[in-house]
This record gives sequence, C-alpha cells and structure tokens, in this order.
Amino acid sequence: MSKIHVQTTINEEATEFLCEPRESLLEVLRETLGFTGTKEGCNDGNCGACSVTLDGVLIDSCLMLAVEAEGKSISTVEGLANPEGLHPIQQAFLEHAALQCGICTPGFLVASKALLDHNPEPSEHEIRHWLAGNLCRCTGYDKIVRAVLEAAQTVRASA
Amino acid sequence: MKDFEYCAPKTLREAVALKAEKGEAARVLAGGTDLIVQLRGKRFAPDRVIDIKNIADVNELSYSPRKGLIIGAGVPCWRVYNDAEIAELYPGLIDSAAIIGGIQIQGRATFGGNLCNSSPSADTIPSLMTHSAVCNLIGPNGKRKVPVVDFCTGPGRNVLEPGEILVSLQIPGIKKNTGAHYQRFIPRNEMDIAVVGVSSQVVLANRGKEFKEARIALAAVGPTPIFAAAAGEALAGQAVSDEAIAAAAAAAQSLATPISDMRGPAEFRTHLVGVLVKRTLEGAIARARGKFVANAVQEAAG
Repeated sequence: MSKIHVQTTINEEATEFLCEPRESLLEVLRETLGFTGTKEGCNDGNCGACSVTLDGVLIDSCLMLAVEAEGKSISTVEGLANPEGLHPIQQAFLEHAALQCGICTPGFLVASKALLDHNPEPSEHEIRHWLAGNLCRCTGYDKIVRAVLEAAQTVRASA
Repeated sequence: MKDFEYCAPKTLREAVALKAEKGEAARVLAGGTDLIVQLRGKRFAPDRVIDIKNIADVNELSYSPRKGLIIGAGVPCWRVYNDAEIAELYPGLIDSAAIIGGIQIQGRATFGGNLCNSSPSADTIPSLMTHSAVCNLIGPNGKRKVPVVDFCTGPGRNVLEPGEILVSLQIPGIKKNTGAHYQRFIPRNEMDIAVVGVSSQVVLANRGKEFKEARIALAAVGPTPIFAAAAGEALAGQAVSDEAIAAAAAAAQSLATPISDMRGPAEFRTHLVGVLVKRTLEGAIARARGKFVANAVQEAAG
C-alpha cells in the first residue's frame, strides 16, 4: 500500500511524515521521526509507556494509527524540558529517585504533566487513579506519587 | 499487522459507500482502543479501515430535554464525563465511562465503539440498556433505529449489516425522580475487565417510596450483555423495600447464564449478579431521591 503524507505538529513544531496506514503513531514517532523518548512496552494499551498527548488529551500512542495524527498537535516527553532546564515534574522524579530502569518514566512524565494541566492540586488518590494506566515494574509507585505531589506544589508556586 | 487501505471520509454518505463496497472486509475505526489491538493480533485483517472521526455527525455530543442526549459514535469517554451538564443528568452513564481502561484509554475509547465491539463484558452496554438508548444506524438502504437492548447478538456480533455504520446513540431525556447506577466487580481498583457488571435505573413515585419503573441490565454473564427485563418489570408498582430489591436480585440471577473462565467461575458470577443488582438498585434509588452517590472514581478519591 502506498505511503500517506501526514501533516501534524509535534512539540509545537510543524512536522510532516510519510507512513503506511498500518503504522502506529508510536512506530512513526520512534522509527521515522526519532522521538525515541516515547517507549514501547506492551503495545496493546495496558502499560502507558508510550503515553503522549493529542490536542492536550492523554493517550497511548500504540493505540492510534499515525495517519490519524493529520492536523493534530502531539506532545511527547521531549517537549517537557526547555532550554532553561528540566520541567518541575522531571526534576521531582530525579530528586525522589522515582525511577530505576527508566523504561516507564517518559510515560509517567507525560501522564503526570497531563494530570497537572487538568488538575493543578491533585490528592494522592487522584494521582494514583490518573496514573493507573502507567505500569512500573521496578521502582514501585510510592516514589512516583510523592514526586508528582511535590511537582504539583512547585508548578503551583511558580504559576 | 496486515496492510490495509485507510479512508477518512468527511460525510456519512461517503462512509457508507466505502463500507458497502467492501462489506465485511472493511472495519470502522472510532477510538481504536479495541480495533487496533485486534488488527495487531490478526483477529481482523480488513482490506480497508474507515476512520469516521472526521464526520461531523459522529462527533456530536448534545443534550436537550426534548431530544435527550446524543452521543456520536466517535465521541470519546472523556468528553462525556467532562461535560458538566451531562455528568449531572446522567451519573449512571458516567459510572461506566469513567472506569473503562485508564485515562489514556478514556482519551480515545467511545461508547459507540464499545457497543459495536459487542463484548459481553462491555461496561457501557448495560448502562445504555437501562437508559433506553437507541442506535442511529445508516446504511446503503438509508437510516434505521435499533434499541441497544436488541443490538448485540453474540460475542463480538451484532445486528449491523455489512454496509451499515453506527452514527450515534440517542438517550431519552431524564424524567423526574429517576436515578441510575452502574457497578462492576473486578479484583483491582482500575484497568480491568468486568467479572460481572450491573446497571440499574429506577423511576420512583409516591414521594420516592414506590417503584414506578425499573430497568436492570447485566454484563459478563452471558454471550451478550443481558437486558434483564423481567427483573425490572416486576418492581413496577411495588413499595421500595429490602424484600422487593432482594426479589429483583434473585430474578436477575435467574436470567444470567455465565460461563467459568479466567475471570471467575460461573457460581461466583451468579452470586455477584445478586450482590450488584442490590447495590446498583440502592444507588439508583438514592440518586432518584436526589442524593449524591459516588461512582468508582469518586469513591476511590475519598
């Protein structure tokens, strides 16, 4: 099948690519465009390692065809930090050692950013519920939840 | 994943022509959270995938007292539960929408896709049944309406003709003194598939002391979601009491035909039908009396 031309925005930059209809957004992000921060875990919507936002809505990029990105705006983990430094969520993950192997981390960071955009003052329960679609198989969740709680405070203080 | 042709029509007319041309060799893509997994797992290997999300009609989400609630087939769960008016009027539907997968899944997954996937364990189907939802279908021979209670015909099977597409779900406006509630049993708090799911809707009379109408529907206890009509109808005209609720639970149990599988043995599932009919009727009654009843997400948040 011939490739399809897709025009989209990734991390606020206009981007275009060619893809086969059967390629997922995850595959195109990683293999065509080089956004390897987004990870492939289960590839069926259970683990959240491939989390990105699509027009501000948190999704699994393995469960979307790349062709569906036409005209949409996507944010990946590469869009979190800016030239001045890490995003407060990334800084909090570092300080709380909220990662070990790091495979799940980009998904957690993107999901946590989407949470704070939606709810700047989440309770511990709200964080645990929001992050239920992200699995970590080494650190456990307590450090991650504490990091998000602290990042929320930092973001609020700087708002 | 087998290669396929991707089409993203902008009108229903184009979508129907694309579907009718290929029949069973075409699959409709709404949120994709089931379809893409099925394509990858080779459960389906269509020649053509028709993405309906660029069609205005399937993105409609609206409420008016006269027309009721319209949920387009491409509207994801998050749009439904983030609409304050709809969440206030239809908490029984939100109970379902808020527990499908996790936040990422709810960002894509649709009521329409959940219905057309026609899984016996679908969380939205019992709630659509108790809310008397009707499917607006369109096909080569025009439009037709099918009540959700008549839609599913077997696991993954439904009444859609090869050229037909679900456009939207239409749910009647809420009458006074009405309440609905959905609960499912899963071994964890989220990200799981129902061992059993139950939705109940009641309309109360006589200052909330009597059932005027009741509708009960069950998930994951038969080859399709089950509308337990007799269990609800028997409540009409009865006083609200523990005995009446227990009788409805027993009637619903007698309509369940569960199998034993990795999610639970048949006996346990039948037991759960009784427990969840009781709990969802109590929740629906409380909501009909104007009381707040937390859904699973609100309950977890304390």
